[in-house]
Amino acid sequence: MSEMPLLQVKNLHTSFFTDAGEVKAVNGISYNLDAGKVLGIVGESGSGKSVSAYSVLRILTDTGRVKEGEVLFKGENILKYSEQQMQKFRGSRISIIFQDPMTCLNPTFSIGSQLREAIRIHTDRNKEEIQARALEMLQLVGVNEPEKRLKQYPHELSGGMRQRVMIAMALACEPDILIADEPTTALDVTIQAQILELMQDLQRKLGMAIIMITHDLGVIADMCDEIIVMYGGKVCERGTADEIFYNPRHEYTKGLIRSIPRISEKHEKLIPISGSPVDLLNLPKGCAFAARCDHAMKICLEQPPEEVRVNDFHIAACWNNVKQMMDEAKDGEET
Amino acid sequence: MSDYNPNIPPKKRPFSLQLDPAKFEPATDEEKAQQEVMRESTTFFRDGMRKLFHNPLAVGSMIVLLVILVTIVIAPLIVPYSYSGMITVDGKRDKSAKNLPPFTYSKLEQQAIDNGETVFPHIFGTDELCRDYFIRVIYGARVSLSVGFFASLIVLIIGLLYGSIAGYAGGRTDLIMMRIVDIIYSLPDTLMVILLSVVLDQLLGQSLQNTALASIGPNMLSMFAVFGLLYWVGMARLVRGQILSIKNNEYVLAAQAMGAKPGRIIRRHILPNCMSVIIISTALQIPSAIFTESFLSFIGLGVQAPMPSLGSLANSARQALQAYPYKMIFPAVGICLIVLSFNLLGDGLRDAFDPKLRK
Amino acid sequence: MSGQKHLLDVRGLKEYFPVKSGMLNKMLLKAVDDVSFTIDEGETLGLVGESGCGKTTVGRTLLYLYKPTAGEVYFDGQLVTEKNIGDFRKDMQIVFQDPYSSLNPRMTVADIIGEPLDIHKLYSSKKERADRIAELLTLVGLNSEHANRYAHEFSGGQRQRIGIARALAVNPRFIVCDEPVSALDVSIQAQIINTFEDLQQKLGIAYLFIAHDLLVVQHMSRRIAVMYLGRIVEIGPAGDIIGSPVHPYTESLISAIPMPDPETARHKHRIILEGDVPSPLRMPKGCPFRTRCRYATKECEESRPELKEIAPDRFVACHNR
Repeated sequence: MSEMPLLQVKNLHTSFFTDAGEVKAVNGISYNLDAGKVLGIVGESGSGKSVSAYSVLRILTDTGRVKEGEVLFKGENILKYSEQQMQKFRGSRISIIFQDPMTCLNPTFSIGSQLREAIRIHTDRNKEEIQARALEMLQLVGVNEPEKRLKQYPHELSGGMRQRVMIAMALACEPDILIADEPTTALDVTIQAQILELMQDLQRKLGMAIIMITHDLGVIADMCDEIIVMYGGKVCERGTADEIFYNPRHEYTKGLIRSIPRISEKHEKLIPISGSPVDLLNLPKGCAFAARCDHAMKICLEQPPEEVRVNDFHIAACWNNVKQMMDEAKDGEET
Repeated sequence: MSDYNPNIPPKKRPFSLQLDPAKFEPATDEEKAQQEVMRESTTFFRDGMRKLFHNPLAVGSMIVLLVILVTIVIAPLIVPYSYSGMITVDGKRDKSAKNLPPFTYSKLEQQAIDNGETVFPHIFGTDELCRDYFIRVIYGARVSLSVGFFASLIVLIIGLLYGSIAGYAGGRTDLIMMRIVDIIYSLPDTLMVILLSVVLDQLLGQSLQNTALASIGPNMLSMFAVFGLLYWVGMARLVRGQILSIKNNEYVLAAQAMGAKPGRIIRRHILPNCMSVIIISTALQIPSAIFTESFLSFIGLGVQAPMPSLGSLANSARQALQAYPYKMIFPAVGICLIVLSFNLLGDGLRDAFDPKLRK
Repeated sequence: MSGQKHLLDVRGLKEYFPVKSGMLNKMLLKAVDDVSFTIDEGETLGLVGESGCGKTTVGRTLLYLYKPTAGEVYFDGQLVTEKNIGDFRKDMQIVFQDPYSSLNPRMTVADIIGEPLDIHKLYSSKKERADRIAELLTLVGLNSEHANRYAHEFSGGQRQRIGIARALAVNPRFIVCDEPVSALDVSIQAQIINTFEDLQQKLGIAYLFIAHDLLVVQHMSRRIAVMYLGRIVEIGPAGDIIGSPVHPYTESLISAIPMPDPETARHKHRIILEGDVPSPLRMPKGCPFRTRCRYATKECEESRPELKEIAPDRFVACHNR
C-alpha cells in the first residue's frame, strides 16, 4: 500500500519530571494507524498506554513533556503545532473520551449546553443548526428521549448514559480518530456491552479510526483489528488481533494470556506472571520485563530488545525471537 | 497491512553476526533479582521533612522565627534595662533619656561614658517615658508570641475534643453539636471579641486579685478566653470533617472486623491520620491569633500597661508618628515578620504533609 | 439443601439504609433484601452482580460491620448476634477491594499484621509475635524482611497480600473476599487468585468471594450466587450457572462478558440488556428485573418471584422458568 497512514507515531518519548526524579512513562514507541481501523493498546497500569495517547493530543499534566519523537497526522507533524493550532485540532480531527465521564462533564451546565458548546467551537453553524446537530448526536448514540436529556444535568444521568453523552460530544465534529481511554472500565458488564456495541456500530456508520486503550484483553479481543501490547513504556509487540492472541511472540503477552481465567469445565490453575510491575523511576537498562520473565537470558538484562518482524502482520521486541532465528540459522548451516 | 511497518526494514537474520551466542544463555534467578530493587524505605514523616527542607520559603521563615525566638529569650538576660522602669545612671533616674533615636546616649549617660563607665547602647532608642525601646519591643514580641501559642493551644484542645466526639459519635449527637458550632460561627467575630474582652477583663480583674494568675494579667487571660470561646469552632469543624472521612476508610472497617474497640480505633487509626492536617491548621492559627492580639492592643483592649505588646507599642507610637517614625517601624516590622513567617511555614507544612496534596 | 451442618448459614438477611430525600422525607434504601445462602467448611461461594446490587453490603452485614435490619447469621451452628460478635471475630475475617485505603498509611507492615494478634493477645512474647508476622508474610508470598516498611512502599498486588496476611493472622475459618482482585492488573490478579486457592487448600478456609467479574468468580467458586437489586436471583453450582444460565439476567450477564479470544468474539451473539439498573430507591413492583427483561409478562409485574429449586442445589427466582 503506497497510501500514507492516517496517523504515524515515531519514536515517541514522554517523561514526567517529579520530585522523586524523571518518570519515563513512554520510551520510544512507534505505530501507524490506518483510516477506519480499530487499534487497541493494552497494558497494565503504568505501562504508558494512556500517556502515549495523551502525548499525541498534548494533554499531559504540568510535569509531563514529550521529549522526543514525531506524531504525523496525514503527514504533518502535529507536535510542532502551536497551542492555538492544537486547540483547533483537538476535537475536530482527533477526539478523546475518558474512563470516568463524571469528571469530564461540568456538573454546573446542562448536557445540552455542553454538547452545543462542543459543536460551536469547531463549526460556524447558527443556533438552530447547532441545536439540531446536538439532538441528532444524542439520537445517534442511542440516548432515549433526547429532547429531555438536553435539559438535564450530568448527575441526573446514569454512568452508561453519561458515557454515551461523552461519545456524542467527542463525535460531534466528525473526527477522523477517536481515542477511547478505558471507556468501559468504570461501567458494569451489561452497560459495558451496550457501550462496546455502540462504539462498533458508530465505527461502522461513521468510518472513523479508533484507538482503544484498555487493560481488559476481553474488550481488546472484541473490538480491535490491530493490537499493541505495552510494558514499561515500550511496545512489546504489535500485530493483528489473531496474531497477538494465537501467536504471541513476547513473553509478557504470553504471560498475560495465560493469566486470565477462562470458562472451562475442569478447573485449571492460572499461570500468573511472577513479580511486580516495573518501577518507571528506575528502569533497568535491558528489557523492562526481564526480571519477571521465565525465559530471560543474559542479554535481556543488558540490552533492550529491538523490534523484530515476525511476519507481515506481526512485530515483537523480545530477544527470544532473535535466539530462535539464530538457532534456525545454525541448523540451516549444519544441514 | 502489507506496509505494516515502514520504520524498520525487514530483517531476516538481523543479529546473528554481531551478537555473542554466550549472551543467549538463560539468566539465573540472582541476576534477575538484581533488576528488581525496591526503592529505599521512607516514612511519611521523613518524606515530608525532606519536602519541607527543600522549600526555601519555609526554611527561610523557620530561620527567621528561630532568630526571633532566640532573641526574645536571650536579650532580656543581656540587656540591662527593664521594660517598665526608667533608665537609671548610677542609681539615678535619667530624665534626659527621653525619645532618643537608636544608638544615641542621653546627657547623663554621655557623662558616665566619659568617666570610663560602660553604658549598654539603646539599640532602638528610648520612648517618651525614658524607657529602653529595644527591651520593650522584645517584651512585646514575647507577649504577642505567647498569646499566639497559647490561644492556638486552647483552640486546638477544645476543637479537637469537640470535633472528635461529634465526628465519631455521629447521628443525633453530631447534629446537635454541629448546630451549636453553626450558631457560634454566625456571630460577627470582631464585635464579639471586643465585647467579650471588655466584659471578661472586668470579671477576671476582680476575681483574680491576689492569685498567682494575676501576674499574667487579666487582659492576657481574657484574650486567651476570647480565643478559646470563639475560634475553636473552625478547628472543631475541621477535626470532625477529618474524622468522618477517615472513618470511612476500609482500614477502619478492617480494624472493626478484627474486633478492635472504639478507643483503639480512634487512637491507632483515626488520630494518627488526621494529625498532620490538624497540626498544619494550628500552625496557621498562630499568626491569626497574633494578628488579632495586636489589633486588640492597638485599639486599647489588649494587655495592660506597662506590659507592652507589639500592637500597643504601635498604638502609642501613632501619636508622634511624624517626629519619631522609628517607634512605629520596629513593632510593625516585628508583627509583619512573625505573622509572615508563620504563614509561610504553615503553607510549607501543608505542602509537605497534607495527604490530599501528596501523590 | 443437604442435611449436613453448614459452616455459615445466612437466613433472610436484610439491610435497609435510611436515605434523606428532600428536606424531611426519609426513604429506605433496600441494599440487601431477604438474602439467604449457606457456605460449607472449606467451600467457596461466588457472589456476582453489578455495582449497587448489594453484594458488598451482604459481606459487611453478615460480619456485623453494619447492623443488619433483619435476618439471622449462624456460624458453625451458633446464632451470631450483635452482642456475641466479638467471639466470632477470630473465625470470620474480611479482605477488601482497595489495596490502598484498606491499609493504614501510618503503620508498618508488621504493625498492620500484628494488630489482630495484639487485639486477641495471640502471643506470649515479642519474639513470638515477630515470628508469627514473618510466618504470615511468607505464607502470602512476601519477603519477611520487609516487615518494617510502610504499606505505601509496596505495589498494589503486594498490598493486597498484606491485607490477606492481616485476615489470616487470627486463623479464621471463613473469609469474606470483597472484590479482592478488581483493583489489580491482570497479571497480578492471577497471582492473588492463586494465593487464595493455595491458602484454601492448605488451611481449609471457606470464602465468600464477591466480584463483578464472572470469569474470576467462576474460576474461584464451587457455587455461584447472582444478585440483582438486593436479591439473589439465581444460585447453584458454578459450572451449571455459567454453562446453562436459567434466569434471564444471568443469561445476559454471561453473554456480556468480553471474551479474551478474537475468534469467539467474532461469532458471539451478545444479549444486550436495554436501559440501566433502576434506582434501588424506586424499585419496580413485582420482579425487580422486569424493566429490562425480554421475557417479562403480566405476572412479573404483579408479584415478586421467590427462589425455587429447579434442580438439586439450584435455585432460581423467575416466574417464566
